[in-house]
Amino acid sequence: MKTFSMGGVHPEENKLSAGCPIRQAALPKQAVFSMFQHIGAPAVPVVKKGDVVKVGTLLGEANGFVSAPIYSSVSGKVSKVDVALDASDTRRMAVYVDVEGDEWEDSIDRSTDLVKLSDRPELDSKAIIDKVKAAGIVGMGGATFPCHVKLCPPPGQKAECVIINAVECEPYLTADHSLMLEHAAEILVGVKLIMKAVNVQKGYIGIENNKPDAIRLMKETAAEYPDIEIVPLKVQYPQGGEKQLIDAVIGRQVPAPPAIPINVGAVVQNVGTAFAIYEAVMKNKPLISRVITVTGKSLKNPSNLMARLGTPFSQLIDECGGLPADTGKIIGGGPMMGKALISTDIPMTKGSSGLLIMNDKEARRAKVEPCIRCAKCVGACPMGLEPYLLSTLSSQHVWDRAEAEGITSCIECGSCAFTCPSHRPLLDNIRLGKTTVMGIIRSRAAAAKS
Amino acid sequence: MNVILIAVCVLGGIGLISAAVLFIASKKFAVWEDPRIKEVNEVLPQANCGGCGYPGCAGFAGACVKAAEDGSLSDLNCAPGGQAVMEKVAAILGLQASAAAPKVAVVRCQGTCDVRPHGVEFDGAHSCRIQNMTGMGETLCQYGCLGEGDCAAVCLFGAITVNPATRIAEVDESKCTGCGACAKTCPRGIIELRPQGPKGRKVVVLCNNKDKGALATKECKVSCIGCGKCVKTCDKFEAITLGTNLAHIDPDKCKLCRKCEEACPRGAIKAFNFPPRKPKVEEPVKEEGKA
Repeated sequence: MKTFSMGGVHPEENKLSAGCPIRQAALPKQAVFSMFQHIGAPAVPVVKKGDVVKVGTLLGEANGFVSAPIYSSVSGKVSKVDVALDASDTRRMAVYVDVEGDEWEDSIDRSTDLVKLSDRPELDSKAIIDKVKAAGIVGMGGATFPCHVKLCPPPGQKAECVIINAVECEPYLTADHSLMLEHAAEILVGVKLIMKAVNVQKGYIGIENNKPDAIRLMKETAAEYPDIEIVPLKVQYPQGGEKQLIDAVIGRQVPAPPAIPINVGAVVQNVGTAFAIYEAVMKNKPLISRVITVTGKSLKNPSNLMARLGTPFSQLIDECGGLPADTGKIIGGGPMMGKALISTDIPMTKGSSGLLIMNDKEARRAKVEPCIRCAKCVGACPMGLEPYLLSTLSSQHVWDRAEAEGITSCIECGSCAFTCPSHRPLLDNIRLGKTTVMGIIRSRAAAAKS
Repeated sequence: MNVILIAVCVLGGIGLISAAVLFIASKKFAVWEDPRIKEVNEVLPQANCGGCGYPGCAGFAGACVKAAEDGSLSDLNCAPGGQAVMEKVAAILGLQASAAAPKVAVVRCQGTCDVRPHGVEFDGAHSCRIQNMTGMGETLCQYGCLGEGDCAAVCLFGAITVNPATRIAEVDESKCTGCGACAKTCPRGIIELRPQGPKGRKVVVLCNNKDKGALATKECKVSCIGCGKCVKTCDKFEAITLGTNLAHIDPDKCKLCRKCEEACPRGAIKAFNFPPRKPKVEEPVKEEGKA
């Protein structure tokens, strides 16, 4: 069975909520929409206090090409436009909406009938991309990169295939898994739309083989689309990384940055993104809700919830049995790449793929011991870097050497820190080094320009 | 006997040839260095702190000599050495040292554990810069001292330490040379270099919180809320300006009258090194909202 060629680890899977059907989460009393739910320029609020909004009303418009608009996921009245703590643990501009009823914009098709690409022959590449852009769709795997940017290859680059990331290699998370089980047909239409948008004839869907039911169902459903191939993959973290997935599925290696997947002819999208694209193009529904896995060993009722964006995490936790008494850490995302949250009042955003409640025992980091030069981190790094060295260079502020050693190639998957027998905070240091080196590179480029 | 003689001659010959080669090379490839660089370097404190912006004291000495050729030392200052060292440097170079006010680092945060509760615990790598990258840190104030001691780690003079009780960095003014290494490393820009002031006296807004008043009140009991009372108090000297919800006292205009300190409803302004005031009934600081 295929997987990526270099490094990787296999953490305990802990897919507690696998097989749990997607439940509709209740409407929140107040929804908070951060204007910073994507990578790139934050959206600009276009509503003010007192405005009445419906589900699907534009709240913030995109500010530039690498940006995305934000739509209301609830109906009610805007109570204020002010800063709010968001999933990045910082305060950002946000729109607060007090929820009243559940009225939708008339333009949204709320029926559940499947619309196939053959039903809408008038759709061409530009129409699809415009729709995706207008719907505010971003990478739903958690990276939240505005989707339309990836659908517009830079001049001189040509996409050859679309690869759909249905790997869900993060332990605990089952949002994509449950989405595939319940919306396989819609996802496949979404994949066709992506293929049409970037004008390619071949699509792959990579699924790890710890989801045999999803592989089987997707294969059955995809039987009518000969140009879409379901690729079962060996379970290995971080297979969901764009570069690792391309390696695993088509065996091509993306060179070091600034090279991007399109340089090897691949366009990678998450399976959740494919579903969102289907809803945006075929149902005229902007990105207002998503599946989120709320899970944890001490949590009473781990579930997959279809929740409206802007719902506070505290409410989602309550729907799954309430916050356990022995909670040690609350993590937005999965345990490997997720981010510890400092409050449960934080609202969910477009990138919220999971909410993991770790108990006190799991959450605590082990005591840091000296590096014994075992090179386990080197073996685990999927990018072929030397994490122990990069970590040291970062903590000693040797930025030029860190750059030469390829620190900017780090995908921050955390395999090094996971595998370290001395429990060294390798990724903490490398992340600092990466951010600093990127800053140096940017300022150097700016200096060269002027 | 003959063998010894041959050996002496051969080795002596090699020695002479090598000496000749070295002599020629030393003349031909000689790099002339201004002897004043060495002289200047000798009077510098050899802390190699980098506070001057040059790589160590030797680099600074070179820069001084170069600047002397242009006729002025005004852009250069050795913070640890202070005015005394700069005067010595100027004497070597035959110039007049410009009067630079000695500076000292001030940590603009008073958010101790009791006034700014730590709601969560950060258990990652112990570094302010790393903790700052994760967002707010342990408290709800995204501008306050993180207390992991990056500043203490870079201080070559042992002048700044994190108080384990308050988890705030504290400066020992007697040791601080004003080199600015701590100010450069602080990811939140809390540390400000300010003139030492007469007898070390200075009045400073000890807060870096740029949030709106309502939020700042919730975050910390001694935060500046940008109410502007101090600005009004100081209308005569206009030393205080209001930035983004944050007051700042210009040390050059401040007359050290301490009226702003009394006027501040939050206790965010602090006067350093003044003799104790005459006893007066103290008004308790009003607590607005809970932290």
